[in-house]
Amino acid sequence: MTGSEGSDPQVQAIGSDADVVRVRQLVRTAAVAAKLSLVDQTKVVTAASELARNTLVYGGGGEAVVSTVDNGVRRGVRVVLSDSGPGIADLDLALTDGYTSGGGLGLGLSGARRLVDEFELDTAVGSGTTVAVVKWAR
Amino acid sequence: MERVPILKIGAVLLVSIQVDMQDQMALQLQEDLGQRIVDTGCKGVIIDITGLDIVDSFVGRTLSTIASISRVLDAETIVVGMRPAVAITLVELGLSLNGIRTALNVERGLELLARNAEPDTLDDLDLIGGPEATSS
Repeated sequence: MTGSEGSDPQVQAIGSDADVVRVRQLVRTAAVAAKLSLVDQTKVVTAASELARNTLVYGGGGEAVVSTVDNGVRRGVRVVLSDSGPGIADLDLALTDGYTSGGGLGLGLSGARRLVDEFELDTAVGSGTTVAVVKWAR
Repeated sequence: MERVPILKIGAVLLVSIQVDMQDQMALQLQEDLGQRIVDTGCKGVIIDITGLDIVDSFVGRTLSTIASISRVLDAETIVVGMRPAVAITLVELGLSLNGIRTALNVERGLELLARNAEPDTLDDLDLIGGPEATSS
């Protein structure tokens, strides 16, 4: 991931539906601070919502770290979601449109990736998953 | 938990979502709306999402499910008031909102329902006060 921290990271534990809403609100606030356009704010908040729900449903809960970042040219918002859940055994499959292991639409991970500019996923079976995304201001 | 209110206006049920919904709240709305359709016999449902600043795959799926449930219960659902940024994001996310009819706003939604209604229920739905058709 590029860019240096532009603000104190905000940490939000994810243990319930209400926490997913709180993550959305934190990301919205950071996206406004980073001066993202309304469409880009909407995209990054939607991506964060998908990923935070994954953290809750598949990861058994975890946390989100939300910060603004600056690469010297542009500002952006970074969201890092981590859990200590079962991990993802087949990452290619999990990133395929329409694939779901949990009865959803299978758009969460693949859809979220399309909505952001940078997407990094670290996962290990048995020890958890961390997803980091960045959306830059245009 | 907070619930989304369902208003009955004439022969139409109007749901205006004004808060950032938790997943459980969306599921509750699904149940409440099914019950209200049965209780009232309403043939049309309008869901106004003007107040939603995002629609993610969960909310999108819930809207699709509500539309399907309503259809089975002999009511038509129209989703109105989607913000442009939300529409752009939904399409990029890959969500097609299958089976959902949309209209730009509540007024257009009511017009759509009135147009599709049977003649005998047309009077009930005629509360939009839209421009009268004038023949030249």
